[in-house]
This record gives sequence, C-alpha cells and structure tokens, in this order.
Amino acid sequence: MIGAIAIGVAAGVVAGMLGVGGGVLFVPGLVFFVSLGQHQAEATSLLAIIPVAIVGTYKQDRYGNVRRADALLVGVLSVAGAAAGVALANTLSGTLLRDAFAVLMVIVATQLLRRTLREPS
Amino acid sequence: MAIGTAAGLFSGLFGVGGGSVIVPLLVLWLGYEERAATATSLAAIVFIAGFGAAAQGLYGNVHVLDAALVGVPAVGGVLLGTWLQQRIDVRSISLLFAAVLVASAIELVLR
Repeated sequence: MIGAIAIGVAAGVVAGMLGVGGGVLFVPGLVFFVSLGQHQAEATSLLAIIPVAIVGTYKQDRYGNVRRADALLVGVLSVAGAAAGVALANTLSGTLLRDAFAVLMVIVATQLLRRTLREPS
Repeated sequence: MAIGTAAGLFSGLFGVGGGSVIVPLLVLWLGYEERAATATSLAAIVFIAGFGAAAQGLYGNVHVLDAALVGVPAVGGVLLGTWLQQRIDVRSISLLFAAVLVASAIELVLR
C-alpha cells in the first residue's frame, strides 16, 4: 500500500513537471506494488488518470493555455478509438500486452531524452 | 477527428493518457506551440481516460480502490511537480525519469 501511494506521488510529480508520466508510471506501479495483472493495471490506471488530468487542466486553464474547443473536439471524438483500443487490449494475452507496454515505455523514454538534449536549460 | 481516434486507440490499448500521441500531433498538424499543446492535451485526456475507464469497467478490469490509492496521491504530486518545475532544473529530472522508465521496462519483461 505504501508502494502504491509512493508511485502515485511520483507519477504526479513527473506529470506536473514534464507533462508526461501519469499512466506510464501507474501501470508498472500497479503491476509491481499491487500485483495486478497487465489488463487490470491498465484499466485501473485509466481511472486514476482522470483526477490528475482534471487538476492539471484546471491549473493550465488559469494560465490560459487550454484551447477548450479543440480539447473538447479531440476528447469527444476519441470515444470510438478508446472503445476499440480497450477491446483490442482485451483480446491480447497479458504477456503480449505487457511486452508491448515495455516497448512503449522505452519509446517514451527516448522521446524524453531527445526533448531534453534538444532544449537548452 | 484523426487525432481523437488515434489518441483514444492508444490510450485504450495501453491504459495511459495518450499525451505522448496528442502533443506531437497538435504541434505538427495544427501548429500548436508546446505549452498550449500540453495543456489542451491534458483537457482532452479527461474525456479519453473517462471513455477508456468506462469501457474497461464493462470488462470488469477496473479496481476502483487501487485507482484511488495511486490517483489521489498523484493529485498532490502534480501540484508539487508544477511548483518544483519553476524552481529546479527539469533536465536532470527528465533524464532520471527516462532511466527509471527503461529500468522498469526491463523489469516488466523479465517478470
């Protein structure tokens, strides 16, 4: 339980600082510390992301950074894709889904590295 | 529409927000600058994660208590992270986080 809480805080901190890292830490955190299967960890991560995204949006909106119409459009139009993605995930075995997720983590890490090395501090 | 569908698919498949897909597409296709792209992507993720969680709920995969266990502390973490962002060098954190991701990916596969 302490592990899960620590992962939550850590995921929040990197999300707030870097703009990525909610789900990409929630999923392995739930697998390692709560012993959920890959499918359950992904599903639970989606629910956990919602409060984080709401608070982040609220803060960003106060700075005037959120383009509301576009956000609403992208959000609402994602419904079919989200349903298809979830259906696809549930046809895959936990092992395959887990390995695909590991590849995703490495890709996100690479993106971060490239962004970090490109930006001057 | 393409951005929404791609982001939804990605998010539903992997259980993540989809920001790493939405942000580059907003920048490349719609000419967003990075800060507006990140902020707009966050707002869209509220819907995307909502749809994904609802769909996963139908499969019975969502553990509500565990979601609260990581999600609620994460809200505090976001506030802390946003505060820290203004005060410390983000680059070192970014590199550390990338290393943690790669290490976790290896651990995940070896499990």
